[in-house]
Amino acid sequence: MASASALSAMRPPSNRDEAWRYAPPTELEQLDESQLGWRSLSVAEGETEIETLIVRAGARASIQRVDVQLDRHARLATHVVCGSRNFARVEFRVRLAEGSHFELGGVTLGGGETTHEIVTHVVHAEPGATSSQVVRSVHWECGTGNFLGQIDVVRGAQQTDAAQDFKGLLLDKGASAHAVPQLEIFADDVKCAHGATVGQLDEMARYYMAARGVPPEVAKRLLVRAFIADAFVSVDDEKESERLLELALAALEGAEL
Amino acid sequence: MLKIDNLHAEIDGKRILNGLSLTVNAGEIHAIMGPNGAGKSTLAYVLGGRPGYEVTGGSVTFAGQDLLDLEPHERAAAGLFLGFQYPVEIPGVSNVQFLREALNAQRKARGEEPLSGGEFLKLAREKAGLLKLDMEMLKRNVNVGFSGGEKKRAEMVQMGILDPAFAVLDETDSGLDIDALRVVGEGINAIMRAENKGVLLITHYQRLLDVVKPHKVHILSGGRIVKTGGPELALQLEEEGYEAVAA
Ligand SMILES: Nc1ncnc2c1ncn2[C@@H]1O[C@H](COP(=O)(O)OP(=O)(O)O)[C@@H](O)[C@H]1O
Ligand SMILES: [Mg+2]
Repeated sequence: MASASALSAMRPPSNRDEAWRYAPPTELEQLDESQLGWRSLSVAEGETEIETLIVRAGARASIQRVDVQLDRHARLATHVVCGSRNFARVEFRVRLAEGSHFELGGVTLGGGETTHEIVTHVVHAEPGATSSQVVRSVHWECGTGNFLGQIDVVRGAQQTDAAQDFKGLLLDKGASAHAVPQLEIFADDVKCAHGATVGQLDEMARYYMAARGVPPEVAKRLLVRAFIADAFVSVDDEKESERLLELALAALEGAEL
Repeated sequence: MLKIDNLHAEIDGKRILNGLSLTVNAGEIHAIMGPNGAGKSTLAYVLGGRPGYEVTGGSVTFAGQDLLDLEPHERAAAGLFLGFQYPVEIPGVSNVQFLREALNAQRKARGEEPLSGGEFLKLAREKAGLLKLDMEMLKRNVNVGFSGGEKKRAEMVQMGILDPAFAVLDETDSGLDIDALRVVGEGINAIMRAENKGVLLITHYQRLLDVVKPHKVHILSGGRIVKTGGPELALQLEEEGYEAVAA
C-alpha cells in the first residue's frame, strides 16, 4: 500500500489505476498535484470522532483525500454528502488497529454530466476491528456515481467484521452508477459482507403516491429521501441526520449546497 | 357525478375495455361484479390514470370536468380515491409521513390551508379508530409487513383521512375475514355514504354488499357492462353464476 501511494504521488492518476478507473479522463487531465495531497486524521486510543464532509458546488473539481489512522479501540464516523456540480471525489485510506471502528455513511447526488465518486481503502491491520460503509448514489440526466471500496484484512486480523453496502438510484436513462468492491482477506475468522445494487424509482410506488394526490416532484423527494436515509441511520443525533438528509435533498432539487 | 361513456382502453396494445358506459349519481353506491379477467381492475386504473393504461376512445366526466384530462394526482385532488386491489408497499416512507403529504398536497391544490402535525395526527387517530386499526401501524412504513387484511383496512383509513367525493374500491373485501369485512364495510358506509358522494364498489362477493348495500349492480364482462340491475342481481349472481346471468 505504501508503495502504491508513493507511485500515485509521482505521476498523475489515470484510468489505468484501479482506484481511478471510472474517473472521467477529461477531469484527470486537468488535475494538478496540489489537489492530490492527503490530509491526516488520527483518532487516539479509545477516542471517538465524527468527521463530516459536505462537497459543495465549486469552480473546479473537488478532490478530498483523508488518511485515517485509528488507534486501539478508537472510533471514527464519517458522513459525506456530495452534491457538487463538478467532478468530485472523496477518498479515505483507513488503517484500523485492534478493536477500532470505522464507519462511513455517504451520499452522492448529481445530474448534468458530473461524476461523483467515493473511494475507500480500509485496512484491518489488527484483530477485532470493525468497519461499516453505506453509500447511496442518486444520479440523473447524464450524472454518474461511483463507489470503489477496497477492504484488506491482513494475516492475523482475526474477528474482523467488515461490511460494505452500495446502492445506486438512477432517475434518468442517461445516468449511471458503478460499484467496485475489492476484498483481500488473509485471515480466516472474518466476517466480510458486501452488496451492490443499481435500480430505478419504483414506478408502482410513484403511481400509488400520485393516486393519493402527491405530485410527482414530492413523490420523488419522498422516495429519494427513503433511499438515501440508510446512509445516515447510524447517526445518533437525529437533528444531524435530518440536516444531512435535507442537504442531500437540496442537491437533488438543484440547489447550491 | 361520474359519467363513463363508451370507454375503450388498452394495455400494451391489448384491448381490455370495449365500450364501457356507466353513470353514478351523487348519493349512489354502485357495485361492479364480473368474472376474473373481465377488466374490473383495468377500469379502476383507467379512472385513476395509471401510466400504461391507454384510453383509445370514449369519455369520463367527473364532477363536471373531463377526468381523463387530469394527471393522476390532480384526479385525487379533484376528489377521486382509488382503493387498490393490491395496495403498494413503500419501504422507508411511513404512513403518517405519506398521508400528511398527500392530504396537504390535495388541500393546497384546492386552495386550503395545510393541516399542522398535531391536527393531522388527531384526524389519523380518529380514522384508524373507525377502522379498528392500531395507530402504531400508521407509524410504520406504508403497507410494509402488513397482512392482506391490514393492508385493506389501511386503505380505508387512508380514504377516511383524505375524505374523497368519489371512491373506486377494487376488491377491498378480498383477503378479509368475516369480522374485518364488517368493520371495513361499516367504514365505507361511514365515510362514503352521503348525499354528495359516490362509490363504485368492485367485488366478487355478496357478503360485502350485505353491509354496503348498493343502489345498483352492474355485471362487467369482456370489457363492457353486460347487465345492470338492483341489489337482487348480486343475489342472483351468487346463486346462478356469471355465465347464466350475463348470457
Ligand atoms: N399489465 C398488463 N399487461 C397486459 N395485459 C394485462 C395487464 N393487466 C391486465 N391485463 C389483462 O387485462 C385483462 C383484464 O384484467 P383485469 O382488469 O385485471 O381483470 P379483473 O380485475 O376483472 O380480474 C386480463 O385479460 C388481463 O390478463
Ligand atoms: Mg382485478
